[in-house]
Amino acid sequence: MATVLTERKRSALTRGRLPRYTPYAIAGGAVVVAAALMSLIGFNVFGWAVLSAVLFAAANVTVSAAVEGRRKAVDKLATSLVVGAFLVALLPLVSVIWTVLANGIPGLLTPGFLGTSMNGVTGAVDNASVTNGTPVLGGAYHALVGSVLITLWATLISVPVGLLTAIYLVEYSAGNKFSKVITFLVDVMTGIPSIVAGLFAAAFFAMILGPGTKTGFVAAVALSVLMIPVVVRSSEEMLKIVPNELREAAYALGVRKWRTILKVVIPTAISGIASGVTLAIARVIGETAPLLVTAGFATSINMNVFAGWMSSLPTFIYTQIMTPTSPSNADPSTQRAWAAALLLIILVMLLNLGARLVARIFAPKTGR
Amino acid sequence: MSTTKLAPPKGTGQAGKGRIGDKVFSGAALGAGALIVAVLFAVALFLVVQALPTFSAAPADITGGEGFLAYIFPIVVGTLIAATIALLIATPIGVAVALFISHYAPRNLAKGLGYLVDLLAAIPSVVYGAWGASFLASSLKDPYAWLAEHLGWIPIFAGPASGTGKTILTAGIVLAVMVLPIIASLTREIFLQAPMLHQEAALALGATRWEMIRMAVLPFARGGIISAVMLGLGRALGETMAVALVLSSGPLIASLIRSGNQTIAAEIALDFPEAFGLRMHELIAAGLVLFLITLAVNMVARWIINRHKEFSGAN
Amino acid sequence: MKALHIGRVAAVLAVGSLALTACGTDSVVTPPAGANTSAAGPAVTGTLTGTGASSISAAMDAWKAGFESANSGAKIQYSPEGSGAGRKALIAGAVQFAGSDAYMQDEELASAKEKCGPAGAINIPWYISPIAVAFNVEGVKDLKLDADTIAKIFRGEIKNWNDPAIKAANPDAKLPDLAITPVHRSDNSGTTQNFTDYLAAAAKTVWSDKASGDWPTSLPGENAKGTSGVVKTVTETAGAITYADDSAVTDAMGKVELKVGDSYVPVTAEAAAKAVDLATVVEGRAANDLSLKLDRTTTVAGAYPAVLVSYGVFCASYPDAATADLVKAFGAFALSDEGQKQAAEAAKSAPLSAELAAKAKTALESISSGTK
Repeated sequence: MATVLTERKRSALTRGRLPRYTPYAIAGGAVVVAAALMSLIGFNVFGWAVLSAVLFAAANVTVSAAVEGRRKAVDKLATSLVVGAFLVALLPLVSVIWTVLANGIPGLLTPGFLGTSMNGVTGAVDNASVTNGTPVLGGAYHALVGSVLITLWATLISVPVGLLTAIYLVEYSAGNKFSKVITFLVDVMTGIPSIVAGLFAAAFFAMILGPGTKTGFVAAVALSVLMIPVVVRSSEEMLKIVPNELREAAYALGVRKWRTILKVVIPTAISGIASGVTLAIARVIGETAPLLVTAGFATSINMNVFAGWMSSLPTFIYTQIMTPTSPSNADPSTQRAWAAALLLIILVMLLNLGARLVARIFAPKTGR
Repeated sequence: MSTTKLAPPKGTGQAGKGRIGDKVFSGAALGAGALIVAVLFAVALFLVVQALPTFSAAPADITGGEGFLAYIFPIVVGTLIAATIALLIATPIGVAVALFISHYAPRNLAKGLGYLVDLLAAIPSVVYGAWGASFLASSLKDPYAWLAEHLGWIPIFAGPASGTGKTILTAGIVLAVMVLPIIASLTREIFLQAPMLHQEAALALGATRWEMIRMAVLPFARGGIISAVMLGLGRALGETMAVALVLSSGPLIASLIRSGNQTIAAEIALDFPEAFGLRMHELIAAGLVLFLITLAVNMVARWIINRHKEFSGAN
Repeated sequence: MKALHIGRVAAVLAVGSLALTACGTDSVVTPPAGANTSAAGPAVTGTLTGTGASSISAAMDAWKAGFESANSGAKIQYSPEGSGAGRKALIAGAVQFAGSDAYMQDEELASAKEKCGPAGAINIPWYISPIAVAFNVEGVKDLKLDADTIAKIFRGEIKNWNDPAIKAANPDAKLPDLAITPVHRSDNSGTTQNFTDYLAAAAKTVWSDKASGDWPTSLPGENAKGTSGVVKTVTETAGAITYADDSAVTDAMGKVELKVGDSYVPVTAEAAAKAVDLATVVEGRAANDLSLKLDRTTTVAGAYPAVLVSYGVFCASYPDAATADLVKAFGAFALSDEGQKQAAEAAKSAPLSAELAAKAKTALESISSGTK
């Protein structure tokens, strides 16, 4: 009966809708009720926030169901779930990033960390810096150079191979037997444990160039084995969703197929492809085990990927954590490890920015 | 996959140049595909040759003394448990995160969030491992004790809970955090590619935002979501260092909150450095098994994707 | 427009990579003036490559730094992939030396003949590290325990710190009513191999498993990866006990004094070196092979039998004289008083006794060249 009365007062357009202030009112109510409930079982800020959010979502959906009807309520429920899931996802991610930042910044700011290698730094040096309270010596420059070069070569190998394979699968194969075989094998390749890829590359180069061949390039090949399937799969997905109308329009204008692919299909999908490539790089740049067996473990700077052992950030982090330079004073090593982890993340951030830049330059204007 | 219904034009004025371009380009694409086939064949050959001695060895010589099957079975189950936990957590949350970024968040915020998610895929697994072992495990100690006390009658929560929190459930959660960015990032790209016209049409017909997503976005993205989940699964199955650092391993047990269980990849990472002779071949055979598991899972996924092929934009 | 953009991106990348390669230096630590060159003998040049145990990586860092500063033309690279990987690499001819926590087995020695000449490979001890039994019980810094009690604790047969068996030997210690959490290594390691070898020999009646690099999976307890992993776990868990290289055990933890004969021996470098001196050379091997069989059940006062000996594994002969000289020079440096002292400073290892070091140096001198 009450609703009938209110309906008469409102305009027809706002009938069956909640006033705009409702969510705020519900939120306020939820916070207060949650605080009350928490005080009963022992108060803590985290539990309070979680409980408020849950109460708010439940009340919001219930009120909406009562006033606005089922469809609007379902929509509100979906919104709550999506936003809720996002907030849940943020928790561990923020925690990880916080851990890395808090532990990594002191090391990264240590003078010399970015400009020096670990050449000549021994446990005695670390012990001295702990006892005397002097800054930690030694840095990750050699590892940074190694990581950049190895990843660069791996990308130079994987992106052309992966992208061309995806183009073959989507544009040329017309779903023939061979393309089925490739798709199948790419799926298999995603399942190669990273250490196996490393052992394979090491064994392959040992066969060609003699035993014990460990260089940055061998590592790049090992990483390519891991990278290619990611590049193929993500670019295949992206090429597939390029609307066929675009291709047909290009053909209708008399454009050759290869030019259509280069000028129409790839630019349309470039943002997704760039994102996929970045992911692929991100996937391999943190690999430790395959690098150890293919590039060795160096403590000094090596700029040549074709000769000599190379260090990389993940192997640097790994060895510094697992086998500290000074076993009895592990703190300097831990500090270097976290700083290197932060450095690795910053490196990927820059790569990501680069990929986005590439995508923006080549991508056509879209509706978004 | 795409069969071009309209044939590309042939024999125009600049035919000679164009034809060569076409040939070179299609040749290169085919060559790239062939290279993948060759590389994979070589890897498979390498694995099989290295694994062979395990299968011909006497059962008593295999670790555990009861043959390869008895050795591999518990760690296969352990691998599947960890990967299942990871995907059960990461898939819904990852898809929701992608949806949030593509369809819910304000445009300016979405860009930054997408960036943040991509970034998280890049944190090296050693870091996730260190984070999981020190921070996550110790903060899950008390919840596990609570679970064991109140829900202990369910076999997966049987007590006594681990004193360090380093259990298969913790490892699964760490894996979930690791694959979440992969799933979220790829599905976000797919969601952004969903045809704008369909979405606008749905909204114009009076659909709510959720109805529009359900009708115009999700069916379009289904194949892509499965693909993304499979890539995530590949990482969850093959992840070594994080599990090796987080999990306090042991024999196969049903409880998820006691120390125990082991995954294939972690077993390889932990034992390979010191392995020699038969033990090394055994571990490579374990790698081969992991390979086959991924293969089987991927085949199922492909089959599902192909059933929903009609939604693909290229058709 | 587009070409301009590409050019701009290329320029940014080029400048970035230039900036990256322009700075950076290898000279982190200025070597002390007048670095001791006498220990290494005449200066040698070339690159020496090795792979192997991660347990010696801290010592290897020290040897590398010391050797390279004494021989400016020489370069040592060592990859801590694990003992098994190291021995495999030496057999395959991929490296010139391996570091290993266990000496080569007979069949490995046989397969090494292909690349190392008819005399095969030789094992020379160059690093000794005592294994401490460390625990986290508040207010207790040292405990006296015999091998049987330790074995029972690690087997889960003694479950509480106030157990009569522990109390009997430690009447003065304030032992709480606290559950014992044994923590062991999850990875295959030389430390586990040596510790289980000690338990299997010294606590025969209790420890029914064989010595192995893998901890027996049937036993209860928690585990963690690597020495740093177990140490961290024990530090964070009240009532936990583990075994670890003594160098990594922090002051926050208590250490067990082992019962040897009728007395209790605390972990010290001297006690460890003494136990190694009591070892006998494995028979039936080449005269210059110093594979040691440790006497874990020794009753000699002051010897600490839970000790890890790490070997340098070398070819008995190398194809060319330059490599042989380099290997000999590096080995001699590692075994010299100077080298052992530097390792002890960096890694808190136990220096080899003068007697053993002399034997090891003689064995090293026998490495020949040319005959392949």
